[in-house]
Parts: sequence; C-alpha cells; structure tokens
Amino acid sequence: MSDEATPAQGSSENEFIKDASNYLRGTIAKGLRDPITGGIAPSDQQLLKFHGMYQQDDRDVRLERQRQKLEPLHSFLIRIRMPGGVCTPAQYLELDRLACAHAGSTLRLTTRQTFQLHTVPKRDLRQLIQAMHKAELDTIAACGDVNRNVMCNPNPLLSALHAEVYAWSKRLSEHLLPRTHAYHEIWLGDDLVAGGEPADDHEPLYGKHYLPRKFKIAVAVPPSNDVDVFANDLGFIAITDGDKLAGFNVTVGGGMSLSHGERATYPRIGDVIGFVPAADILAVAEAVLTTQRDFGDRTNRKHARLKYTIDDRGLDWFKAEVERRLGHPLAPARAFAFDGNGDRYGWVKGVGDTWHFTLFVMNGRIRDDGDRPLLTALREIAKVHDGDFRMTGNQNLMIANVSKANKRRIDSLLDHYRLKDGVEKTGLRLASMACVALPSCGQAMAESERYLPSLLDKLDAVVRAAGLEKEPIVIRMTGCPNGCARPYLAEIALVGKNLGKYNLYLGGGFAGDRLNKLYREGLADEEIVSALEPIIHRYARERNPGEHFGDFTIRAGYVKATRQGRDFHD
Amino acid sequence: MRIPQIDPSQTPLSGPQTAQFNAFASSLAPDQSAWLLGYLTASKHFHRDDDHPSAVAGSASDQQLTVLFASQTGNAAKVAKLLVAASASAGIQAVAVSTADYKSANLRNERQLVLISSTQGEGDPPDSAVEFRRFLFGKRAPRLEGLRFAVLALGDYSYANFCKAGAEFDQRLEELGGKRILARVDCDVEFQAAADAWQGQVIETFKGLLPSNNRAPLVAHPVPTTEEAGYDKARPFEAAVLERINLNGRGSEKKTYHLEISLTGSGITYQPGDALGVVPRNSPAYVRDLVAMTRLAPDASVSVDGKERPLADALGDTFEITTITRPFVKAYASQIGSTELGALLDKGQEESFQKYVHGREIIDVLQAFPSGDLPAQTFVGMLRRLQPRLYSIASSLLAHEEEVHLLVGLTRYESHGRMREGVCSSFVCERLRDDEPLRVFPSPNPSFRLPANPDARVIMIGPGTGVAPFRAFVEERETLGCRGRNWLFFGDQHFATDFLYQVEWQRWHKSGVLSHLDLAFSRDQAEKIYVQHRMLERGRDLYAWLQDGAHVYVCGDAGRMAADVHEALIAIVSKEGGKNREAAVEYVENLQASKRYQRDVY
Repeated sequence: MSDEATPAQGSSENEFIKDASNYLRGTIAKGLRDPITGGIAPSDQQLLKFHGMYQQDDRDVRLERQRQKLEPLHSFLIRIRMPGGVCTPAQYLELDRLACAHAGSTLRLTTRQTFQLHTVPKRDLRQLIQAMHKAELDTIAACGDVNRNVMCNPNPLLSALHAEVYAWSKRLSEHLLPRTHAYHEIWLGDDLVAGGEPADDHEPLYGKHYLPRKFKIAVAVPPSNDVDVFANDLGFIAITDGDKLAGFNVTVGGGMSLSHGERATYPRIGDVIGFVPAADILAVAEAVLTTQRDFGDRTNRKHARLKYTIDDRGLDWFKAEVERRLGHPLAPARAFAFDGNGDRYGWVKGVGDTWHFTLFVMNGRIRDDGDRPLLTALREIAKVHDGDFRMTGNQNLMIANVSKANKRRIDSLLDHYRLKDGVEKTGLRLASMACVALPSCGQAMAESERYLPSLLDKLDAVVRAAGLEKEPIVIRMTGCPNGCARPYLAEIALVGKNLGKYNLYLGGGFAGDRLNKLYREGLADEEIVSALEPIIHRYARERNPGEHFGDFTIRAGYVKATRQGRDFHD
Repeated sequence: MRIPQIDPSQTPLSGPQTAQFNAFASSLAPDQSAWLLGYLTASKHFHRDDDHPSAVAGSASDQQLTVLFASQTGNAAKVAKLLVAASASAGIQAVAVSTADYKSANLRNERQLVLISSTQGEGDPPDSAVEFRRFLFGKRAPRLEGLRFAVLALGDYSYANFCKAGAEFDQRLEELGGKRILARVDCDVEFQAAADAWQGQVIETFKGLLPSNNRAPLVAHPVPTTEEAGYDKARPFEAAVLERINLNGRGSEKKTYHLEISLTGSGITYQPGDALGVVPRNSPAYVRDLVAMTRLAPDASVSVDGKERPLADALGDTFEITTITRPFVKAYASQIGSTELGALLDKGQEESFQKYVHGREIIDVLQAFPSGDLPAQTFVGMLRRLQPRLYSIASSLLAHEEEVHLLVGLTRYESHGRMREGVCSSFVCERLRDDEPLRVFPSPNPSFRLPANPDARVIMIGPGTGVAPFRAFVEERETLGCRGRNWLFFGDQHFATDFLYQVEWQRWHKSGVLSHLDLAFSRDQAEKIYVQHRMLERGRDLYAWLQDGAHVYVCGDAGRMAADVHEALIAIVSKEGGKNREAAVEYVENLQASKRYQRDVY
C-alpha cells in the first residue's frame, strides 16, 4: 500500500480527512484563532484527537442554550500521554494548577492510566499545552487513529521489575509516536518554514493516513492483570526467570467496543500468540501495528479495529504475517497466571525501604467535594511527596516510592484528609469503575460517573445484607457501548442504552480473562437492583470456596460463558 | 405616476442640475417615480437646508418662524412638529428643522426663532446638536441683534444638570444679542402639559409679530406613520408577549431577556433604530415595603386625576416610587421639617445631593428621615408620575412581520444594604405574567438611522444590550439585500454565557451579511478588554472603512463606553490618518455633522 495513494473509493470519511490534513494539521490553527465560536470545524475535531483532545459540549445545557440563541457550550477534553501512568509530584502539582485555572478545578483519572482535563475552553488550549510542555508532559497521540497511551502494571511489590517493564512501556510509547511536526507547530508555536508544507514531514511508521482506527497497548506483570491486557489490540505479559525479566508473551486482537443492535460488532479478548525476548518488543509492536495499518478495514470504522482484521483473516494468517515482518517466528508462549484485575489498597512495602499507598478514587474523579476535599488533599501530599504518582488501570491513584523517612508525613496527611477509609467501603465499590459519560461525552446515551455512586449505595446494602461486603466483585458501568471502562470484562456490567436504561451483563472473568454476556436489557435503576439482589444472595449461599461472582453466574446458569468475541451475542 | 419635468426658469437649480434631474426623472419607471415621491414627501419634515426656502431667500426669514429642534429620543422633534402644525392653523408660517440639518450660516438671517432642546446625561446636548452648539459658542457665531427667540428645554429633573443644554442655548442666544421674547420653560420627563402651554404662548406672542396669512405652512409635516396608529404613552397598545427568554447562559452574572412582542391589530410600525416605549408597574413587594415605611395604611384613599384610589394601588401603577428627585426632597424635607435633608438642595451642594442619591431610593429617605404623620395625599403629591421606559428595538419589521423584539437587561444590585431592581426591567423580565399584555407604544428615533444608500458600509458598536438595534439593522439590510458591508463590535463579560444572539451573528458572519465581527469579553482574561480595545486593534481597517464612507453607530452605555469609543475613534483617525489630535477631532465631528456617526446611548 503506497503511502501517497489517496484513499480508495468507499473509504470512510475520516480517511479523506487524514489524507487532506497535511499530517494532522487541517485548519486547527485557524480554528483556534476564530473567536466567534467556542468550537472548531468538524473535520478538525477528528484531527484534534490525534493531538490528544476532544471537542465536547455540556449536554446538560444543550437544549436550553439552543433556545437562548447560544451555540452549544463547547469545551475540550485533554488527555495526557503518560506511559505507564507515572508522573512526578512536580508534574502533578502543575496539572493541579492547570485544572484549577482552566478545567473546572477537577482532574479525572482514566481507565488507561492517565489524567484527563475537561471543560477547557478553546481560548485556553494553547497556553495549557505550553504549560504542560514546560512540565515535560504532552498529549500527542493520546487519542486518534494511532497507538495511544501505553499501559503498564504499576506493581509495587516488585519494584525492580516494574522499573524495567515501565522503561519498555515508555520506549514503546515513544517508538510508536507520530513524527509529524503539527503538534509542535500548532500548540507550541514553532514557526512553519515559509511556504507552508514542511519538506521533512513524513510518517515512516504510520504513513499519512495513520491507522484505520485506534490502537491500544498494555503491558501486564502477572499475577496482576490490572491493566486488562486482553482488552488491548496488542498486549505484553511480562515473563520472569526468577527475579529477572525474561521477555513477554504477546497477545493480539483485544478490544471492547460494540454498537447496540449490531451483532457484527463485538468485544474480543486478545489471543496469546507467542513469546518474545524483551529486546524484540519494539520490533514485534511495529510488525503488529503495520500489519493492522496495511490490512485493517478503512471503509467501515465500526469494523476497523485489529480484532476484526484478525477474525476476518484468521489468527494463523495474522501470526504468519507478523512473523514475516519480524523476520523470524515467535517462540512458544510461556506459562503465566493472573489472579485478578483489581487494585490492592492501602500501604504496601516495596523494595529498598520504599512504600506505596494505593488510594481508591471513586470513578477516578479528583475534586473537592464538600467534606471530601480530594483535590486539596492530593495537592498537599504532592507538595511533600518524594517519590512519584502512579495511576492504576482501575482509575485509582498510587502514592508510590515513598521513602521511609517521609512515610509518616504522608500518612498523617492521609489521616487528616480521611483518605484511609477504604475499609468502610464494600469490595464491590472498591472494584467499581465508570466512564465519564454525561454531561460532557458526546457518545453517552445514559449517565455513568454521575449515576454509579448512587446505584452502588443500593447495591452496597444488598451485598452487606448478603454478608459479602468484603468480597471483591468487579462492577463496571459505561454510558454507551463503546467500552471505555472495559465493561465486557466485568463480572457485573451496566452499559447505557438510553437515558436511565442499562443493559446488564454478567459472567466476566475475575482476572479480566473472560468476556461477560447480556443478561437483561434496558433496566432502570430499581430493576437493576432487583435483578441483581437474588443472584447476590444465592451467590452468598451457594458459592464454592474461592469461587468468584462471575464464575458463579455461569455455573448457576444465569448466563452462558463467552469463550471468544464471536460468541458474545450468542 | 410620473415626476414632472422642471422648468429651468422656475428653479434655483443650475442649468446642468436641471438637465440632470429631468433626465433622471424621465428614466424612472412609474413605480420608481411613485416610490421616490413618497420618499421625498416622507423625508420632508427632516428636510435639509438645501431644499429649505429660507436658505435661498433671506427675506423669507422676516416672515416666518423657524422652529429648531435638538432631539435625541424624538421628543423635541415631536414638540417642534406639533408647534409647526399649530402655527399653521393660527396662520403663522413656520418651519421645523433639526439642529443636525440646520445650516449654521443662516442663523444671522433669522428673525424669529424658537429652539427646543433636550439634555443628555450630565448636561450635554443631544448628538444631533453637538455641531450646532459648537458653532453657537465658537468664534464664528454671528451677532443676533435682529433676532427674537424663545427656548423650550426638555430634561429629567432627577439629573443634577437638569435642562442644562437648553439653558445654555437660551443664555447664549441672548449673549449674541438676541431678544428673548419668552422666558425659557424647563420641562421634566412629563413634558406634555408644559410643552402644550408653552406652545400656546409661542403662538400668541409670534402671532402679533408676524403677518397673518392663510397659506399652508411652507413645508408639509406629515405625521409619521407610527403616530397614525395613535398609540403613545398616554394610550399604549396592549401587546401580547409571544416569547421571553433569558439569553445569558447558566453561570452568567447577568440576565438579559429577549422579548418577542406581537403588534397584531395595532397598526404600529417602526424603523430600525427606533425605540419602543414600555409602561411598567411597580413591584407589589416594593410598594408594601414603601407603604410600611411611611406607616400609612395601604388602603388609605388618595385622589389621583379626580379618582379616589387605595394608596397601594396608586403607588403600584401611577407614581414613580424609587427615584429621588429634587422636588421630592424639597417637599418631603419641608413636610417633616428636616433642615438636614433640606440642606442637600442648597446652592453649591449639588455634589452632596448627587452623592446622597447615588444608590439610594425614596424608601431610604423615608427610613433615614421618618415621616411622622404624613397624609397619604400629601405623600403622593410629592411623587412624579411613573414614566414609561424606552428600549431600542431589536428587530426589523421586514424580518418579523407585526412583531417587535426587545432586549432588556435586568437591573438588580445591592446598595446601602438593600436589593435594588430596575422598575421596568424587573417588571418586563420577571413580574409580567406570560398571559398578561405588555403596554407599549412606538417611539421613533430619527437620529439613529441606517444610511439611505444600500451600498454604504456600516460599522456598529454595541456592547451589552447596546447590540439590540444592530440586530434590527442587520435583519433589515439582509432582508433588503443591501450590498453595503456590515461590521459589528460586540462585547460583554463572558464569551460562554453572555454572547447575546450568538448563533444569529454566527449565521450572518458565515453568510457574509456581517463581514466582520469583533468581540470583546471583558472577564475572560486577567486584563479587561472592551470594544474600544478591539476597535484600536482593527484601527487600520476601521479607518479604511471610514475613508470609504462608512457610517458609524454606537449604542449602549452613555457613561464610560460611549466616551471611550469616541476617544478610540479619534485615536484611530489620528494614527491611521496621520493627523494631529485637533484634526482627528475635527474629522470625527465632521462624521457627526454629516450624520455618519450616530449614537443611541443611555
């Protein structure tokens, strides 16, 4: 496939937008300067994603503003590229400052280990990106048809290994970055060479049309699968020889999104196709990514993820193509075992006298909320913290690498701000996630982040009554079927169908290793509770020792097990 | 219909002019001729000096009464027109001219002159009289020994410099040697009765001086169509409010309401630039508080216009119960025998008075100086009549048949420990029920008019509610398909919530009707940015437009904004035109004089 070829007839609209964009420039710069509207042109909105930003609008006021002769209240979501979810206290303080100045005084931890700032007005975007740049943060390729933020297990128990795996994650992220100068030019003000199109702008890896669709990579360190490695287009599972990193098992073809009512769309968990030594990880990633670049479906964006490329052509074909590009066959996959995809809360001792505190952050939302001033608390902690912060794949925050000397200070701040009350929370709540959804997300069909806490209040009462308050049960909610909170891997999933109505899925694997299945459709609040209540009580009575809720719902016959993506709708 | 050819021997036009006209007239299709005749007739009462007989024949001045009016909102013009009509009936040859159109050089030839002038803000003449005033007070002012004159001043008693513009004209005409034939009359906002009485005196006085003739007045003064409908402040039209929306988005510190009002059945028409009078009612809660402060019974009977009414009712819909006026202070101080309060009116205490009334209302006076035994009738006797408020119309009839749209900013603030609200804005925006008619009447504003030339460029500067008439302007020009380009400067506090009529301006900008749209949101960044800053940034283009004959319109706050915008214009002309300040000032004054710079400020 020639890079310079114009998109074939029948290609999706985005292909033409990319084609005409001059390496992701479009007319973004011009749109930013237009003071008449708070938004930018629709085609630029597509390109803006490659720069880590989404144009959104406050859907709570959309209709009333229409009457008021005001355009929608446009603002921008900014997603930071933060491989492995690691940032320094200084970077955190800068993000906190920027959130307070430009983003409604709130930060959002995402399900892919990074921060999002929401409700940023257009006129503030450039200064915000520039401030981030000074703090050595960027948003390049945090969204868009490229490789996105690379996830990495932040396992504190094996810090030496983590450091090594994290370094590979970072190298992966950097190796797969787009090479266009558009980001620097538009946001940081680097001048265009006179005459317009810079001669040296080309994309050796992606080509001018980039990928057919988004591309996600995660690196897991067993026994924890907190990154949900199987939900990614490309996954690496760290394999150790004793304490040493030997290399990685490679998984391909995971992905969450589907469309309601379209059976041709389905979530899929990745297949393990082999093992590579650590040194080969970049070459493997490149081979997988370019195979998808060349063979992915560019005509239908709902069928463009790697999972469909693999299912359409067969896993054997795909593996052979990757090996051909790699120049040698993959070694057989090695043994590994995951024991869960959740987080361990509270203090944990790492190697070399360092300590880590994992903090439960409901829905990843950091904000001062009446008697829970979380934003203030984390700011005060960041001011004295001598380690780093790590986001988990479950929207939680780890105050990591706290020196022994500093531990007491951090601990007293945690006490002062009442952040150690995790024990009061049910295992269900501690294993919960919700996407942002309304009012800012354009895809949302129903509430998610704003609704899950009140639903959990009701379900907490149910699990307490059943004596299961300590039992971690993975529950995830999304406002639409696109799957940002990876609902199809949860033991209980609620996926928004329309306002106030959710599809209920059951039977996901506790370790993020099995998809769930639709149990009931279009349930309202009380219906969700009454559908789950008898199952939870029965689980309390009839479960086998060590049996997880998801496994139980299959054994008890509530749903059939989903073995692979194409079985999802059966 | 055909326009008759002009006989070269019977016209002050030159030979080539006559030939040009005749050629032009014969080129017109019947419907064009009909339109042109109508146009000329309709514009007659604001005719220019060029077609004014007295400008040609000085001798006419000996025989006629010149009625010069300096009008801002149209009141002075209205009084002038009524005087001319009444003079005609009395056999006096009279002609009404706006100070904006008056050729100052003719002043030396005038023998009989009456001047009707309103006063703006802190004692300024209306924009339409700025040039005339400069001439009159300048070195080139003629001696006026042969002149007999009378002045009627219109104003608002609640302002410190009440009727100051009229008073200064009166004094100046005398200084120049003119003979004041009638003592000046100063009218408060309720001017009609005083103006009528003055009109009678004028006619009686000049009747003795001028030869009687039975001819019709030299210039016909067709009553404007708006008055044909016959609705005025004494007899407003009860209009249905079709739509009332707060245009400010959630989180705004402001509330600015867009109202769509039905004129169906009224016959009321208007032009872009006109205002609509709205008759408000006072807030019942406020009336209660006020009555409680007087310690009078709400149902105490008072006589109003010969009718007995309960006090609270009369205060609700008939009297101005907030604004502290000098007559009120005078009457109240003497009633309660307070020398402290009375002292505010002493000569030299004008500043203290202004300082005291700032942010205060009648209720504060009553609180600070309790009334003791105050008869209800005495109390209402101290109050002015409740005045209608004028709002610049925000719609074009061409775009909204039989409708008029208003943009009303709700005034609400705290001062001296009490919440205050605008009498009319709070009535219109909040108290008026959805099913309740709004009492309105047309109020023409001939000194704020789109250029007659559809190809002329228009620059509009209208922050806040000042943008209202420009929506009317753009709607009108869009509907008429005018080719002249339009440029709007708008400003308010916040882009996200206070961009009034945002989607409409966006649509017009996209379609090209609005070729430029410059915005100043003062509170979206650390430093305050206002419209004048945007004008200065766009100085080069703006000056090019002026050089190209653009008309400039300013609407909105008369305090800081109008002055800042004025200064910005001067600065732009100075910088871009390479002129010293004096020359730049003159350039801008010439714009005003030629009506290419018009203001509707309040």
